[in-house]
Amino acid sequence: MSEESIMADSQRSKRMLMVEDEAGDARLLQLAMRQSGFSAEVDHVWDGYEALEHLRRAGLQRQSAARPDLIVLDLKMPRLSGLDFLRLIKQDDDLRAIPVVAFSSSLLETDVRSAYEFGAAGYLTKPTDFQELIDMVNVLGEYWFRLVRLPHND
Amino acid sequence: MAKDLTARERAVLILLVEDEPADAHLVRLALRENRVPAEVAHVVDGREALAYLRREGPSFVGTERPDLILLDLNMPRMDGFEFLAAVKRDPGLRGIPVVVLSTSEAERDVRSAYRLGAAGYVAKSSSVNDLIVAFGRLSRYWLTLARLPARGK
Repeated sequence: MSEESIMADSQRSKRMLMVEDEAGDARLLQLAMRQSGFSAEVDHVWDGYEALEHLRRAGLQRQSAARPDLIVLDLKMPRLSGLDFLRLIKQDDDLRAIPVVAFSSSLLETDVRSAYEFGAAGYLTKPTDFQELIDMVNVLGEYWFRLVRLPHND
Repeated sequence: MAKDLTARERAVLILLVEDEPADAHLVRLALRENRVPAEVAHVVDGREALAYLRREGPSFVGTERPDLILLDLNMPRMDGFEFLAAVKRDPGLRGIPVVVLSTSEAERDVRSAYRLGAAGYVAKSSSVNDLIVAFGRLSRYWLTLARLPARGK
């Protein structure tokens, strides 16, 4: 079976922006990515406000910030919450094409529903088990980086 | 992976919007080959899909809200882009994820689909094996991993 022909522009390396205020969660996610077959460059920012700065290349420090192909977004964060960030970027003509996957420990139906209504392209609940996290990252990577076409991130 | 379904109402409902009977057949085949525990409702263009979702007309009385929409782009009457825009404008429907299935690989089409709110853009493969692999990935992400909004009304 030709796996090659269904890989979405696999030549280009993919970038993911992780928006996560919990240092422990961010570290585990990065560790899980390294241990899985997932091969994306990961940039990490700590809240929605910083994520907006990154995407808009605001400030000297972020002048050359790379556009992500995918954003993985925690919901519960200080300053600018995940849902507020999601709403803002889906209203931004320049940024709205970037898919955003919610990554949350909340099981509340209102959070799930709001995330999708604000334009999330998936809602993943944070696993408590590390092996489950690796499995999650594999399925996430297979879908976003090996199956679907993504818009060019320039 | 595919868990046994004890109650019928637990099966995920996919709305397939596809005008080509052969392609619709292949999608069903690929879902079956992956043992995806989903029911498929099939409509043939964007206008019919909107009628289905809004329960308009005698054929769509009491239709169930789908958990996921699989959308072809190139269709008569109302194409995929128009349909996607209409769904994402509708407060009652915009929470349903829509994955585009298309033969077009044009960057313009990919970008437009995401800008309109697509939750994925899958290139239709002419190879049945590739399509089965693709639907394995698609269903592991949407039906096994992701949490979807409760069906509700």
